[in-house]
Amino acid sequence: MSVDHILEKFNLDFDEQIKAFKDEGKTLIGCVTAYVPEEVAYAAGMMPIGLWGFPISINKSKQYFPAFYSSVVQSILEYGLEGKLDDFAALMIPGTTDSVKSLGQNCKRAFKQFETINIAYAQNRKLDAAVDFNEIQYKKAKEKLEKIAGNKITDDAIEEAIKVYNENRRLLCEFSELAAKHPQAVSPLQRSKVFTSRNIMDKKEHSALLKELNKALEQLPEEKWKGVKIVTSGIIGSYAGLLKIFEENKIAIVGDNVLEESGVCRYLVDEDSGNPVRALAKLISDAEGTSILYDVEKKRIDIIIDLVKKYNADGMIMLMLKFCDNEEFDYPIMKRAFDEAGIRALEVEGDLQMTDYGQASTLIQTFIENI
Amino acid sequence: MSDVQKPEVKEKKAKHLLNDIVVKHYQDAWDAKKKGEPVGWCASNFPQEIFETLDIKVVYPENQAAAIAAKGGGGRLCEHAESQGYSNDICAYARISLAFMDVKHCEEMDMPQPDFVLCCNNICNCMIKWYENIAKELNIPMILIDVPYNDEYEAEEDRVAYLKSQFDFAIKQLEEISGKKWDQKKFEKVMEISQRTGRAWLEATGFAKYTPSPYNGFDLFNHMAVAVCARGKEESAIAFEKLIEEYKENVAEGKSTFRDEEKFRILFEGIACWPHLRNTYTKLKEAGVNVCGTVYADAFGYIYGNTDELMKAYCGTPNAISYERALDMRLKVIKENNIDGALIHINRSCKMWSGFMYEMERDIREKTGIPTVTFDGDQADPRNFSQAQYDTRVEGLIEVMAANKEKKAKAAEGK
Repeated sequence: MSVDHILEKFNLDFDEQIKAFKDEGKTLIGCVTAYVPEEVAYAAGMMPIGLWGFPISINKSKQYFPAFYSSVVQSILEYGLEGKLDDFAALMIPGTTDSVKSLGQNCKRAFKQFETINIAYAQNRKLDAAVDFNEIQYKKAKEKLEKIAGNKITDDAIEEAIKVYNENRRLLCEFSELAAKHPQAVSPLQRSKVFTSRNIMDKKEHSALLKELNKALEQLPEEKWKGVKIVTSGIIGSYAGLLKIFEENKIAIVGDNVLEESGVCRYLVDEDSGNPVRALAKLISDAEGTSILYDVEKKRIDIIIDLVKKYNADGMIMLMLKFCDNEEFDYPIMKRAFDEAGIRALEVEGDLQMTDYGQASTLIQTFIENI
Repeated sequence: MSDVQKPEVKEKKAKHLLNDIVVKHYQDAWDAKKKGEPVGWCASNFPQEIFETLDIKVVYPENQAAAIAAKGGGGRLCEHAESQGYSNDICAYARISLAFMDVKHCEEMDMPQPDFVLCCNNICNCMIKWYENIAKELNIPMILIDVPYNDEYEAEEDRVAYLKSQFDFAIKQLEEISGKKWDQKKFEKVMEISQRTGRAWLEATGFAKYTPSPYNGFDLFNHMAVAVCARGKEESAIAFEKLIEEYKENVAEGKSTFRDEEKFRILFEGIACWPHLRNTYTKLKEAGVNVCGTVYADAFGYIYGNTDELMKAYCGTPNAISYERALDMRLKVIKENNIDGALIHINRSCKMWSGFMYEMERDIREKTGIPTVTFDGDQADPRNFSQAQYDTRVEGLIEVMAANKEKKAKAAEGK
């Protein structure tokens, strides 16, 4: 099967997937953004669904959130208020940022049709006590999931789920490497869809498709890319309008530091540790490169510089999620470091509702003209 | 009572004592800096018991940002931060502080540059990002006491254990930075003084339960500087105890620092709009509206009986607690202080405080029957406030409160 045909299989519709899972009798658990212990729900035979926001208009959620909240949390609430999450049994919401903490409280108030499982996170994450704390929080979440499932979730089942998820992470990293080698075959938008489709697929099925895709990409001859190569960074990378502009301007994404993309696969959970819940909790201590976990060294900067060097990229583009202050705090320091390292950096602001990327298009064109 | 006439000694008013404490606090930090001692920048709700025990001097960026904003410098410094690449979306306190770190001098309020930072995120995770940036930019150590947001009503043992471990680590870090040694006995003494200060502060703010209130609610926005920066000092306890005495006298004599007739008593929800403090205050004062309830000021009164309770107390700040507990805090103030209405600041700078405030407003109205209004403002960026909107909203609130009073009066007459 051709790469195009396989890529087509990653183009899935959220509502249709939810309906299909529901028809199969699956219990749906929404997992809001990153670092949610999805594996625990998966181990219970439930279907974890990653929620990273929706490209919809914000109306009803204005009854809860002031306008200066990011479109990720606003649109998740909006989707629920529209009744489109009614088939879910619960949402798991991590307390990693102020925005998601508020989302957790608003969901608790707004939705009685499903449970809101708010999970606290220790940010002083290099201390053993932080792993202890996070382990306890995950166990509390596990107990709530067990009540929904009606049975106990065993360590063996969680261990098995960790392996399923780790395989998916490894295959995504492999895909990222191959996509960098074959930008002619994988457009920026398709690249994003390969990553984000994992949110609404059974990870085993997603991995099976990834294997097929990676194999097909490996067999392609390597061609010289005549456009521009960049590394992206941000919380979400699925701004369809923006990615189309990338494609029109022959910009290939050769690596990313986007939380929704490589951010969810770059670090693996320890396998066969004897305490799988603790292993999941430890991921919060192990992961690097994101604005939502405490990092006084801002290791993210070196991670991006290394990516730019590794893939010989022409620059980096910061996909700034509007109203995400975690990212807005990081970027000025990142920009200065990139300037010092001689890396061209461009900040493009986006949100999930944005349809007019006229200004971004001009910025991007100027950016590549200067390369 | 003794008939012996006491010699007349002109005692300083509490407000002067409190002001002296703040002035001395900052002077001590300057002196320490001059002597070559390390001075820290510290988050307002960081457990001050730690550095007070080690006798390490710190200053407060939030306190400084509020003062700069109140004196009209907020816009200038926010714009400076924006010229450095910071978005105008981020907290204005943070922008002012990051700008000050860069310019290193500010005529509205100066303070020494930091040798380390002490961060606590029990008010928001934005604190972590802000302090990360200071530490990274200045290449200085960051000490973090992380208080995870608590969706449960009470802080349980898991939180206490996590905080205790962080206390131990923070003490170790500060011992290394300062070369000083931890003294457990002194810590116990500091806890004792902090308790005395905390109790006195809460008792003083609690006088708003009297009708009329013996004080102008906006006074608290000034007095709280001591509750923020000098909770562990005996002179703070003494000054707040003096404040209690003055309020007692006012109650007995029917006097108040709110000079006009107190026609309405409101809950002011959120942080003050420092750049427009005078305007926001005048509009209320002219209509006889006194602020008789806040949860902001009380947030700095930490009450505990032992180390475990100390840990739990720091988990109980307004922005660290669940919606249910946050609502109960407001309902308690409204009930105990006989509140007629609520004025809710949707603070552009504070996502955490504003994030569920619309729902809270609905709930307060439903559960208490009092009228509520919101207004858009900012704790330190003068550009995010509209006087016209504020005036209209306050007038609307007054109208409903007046109608409610009239209804009550008629009902009482009917009896």
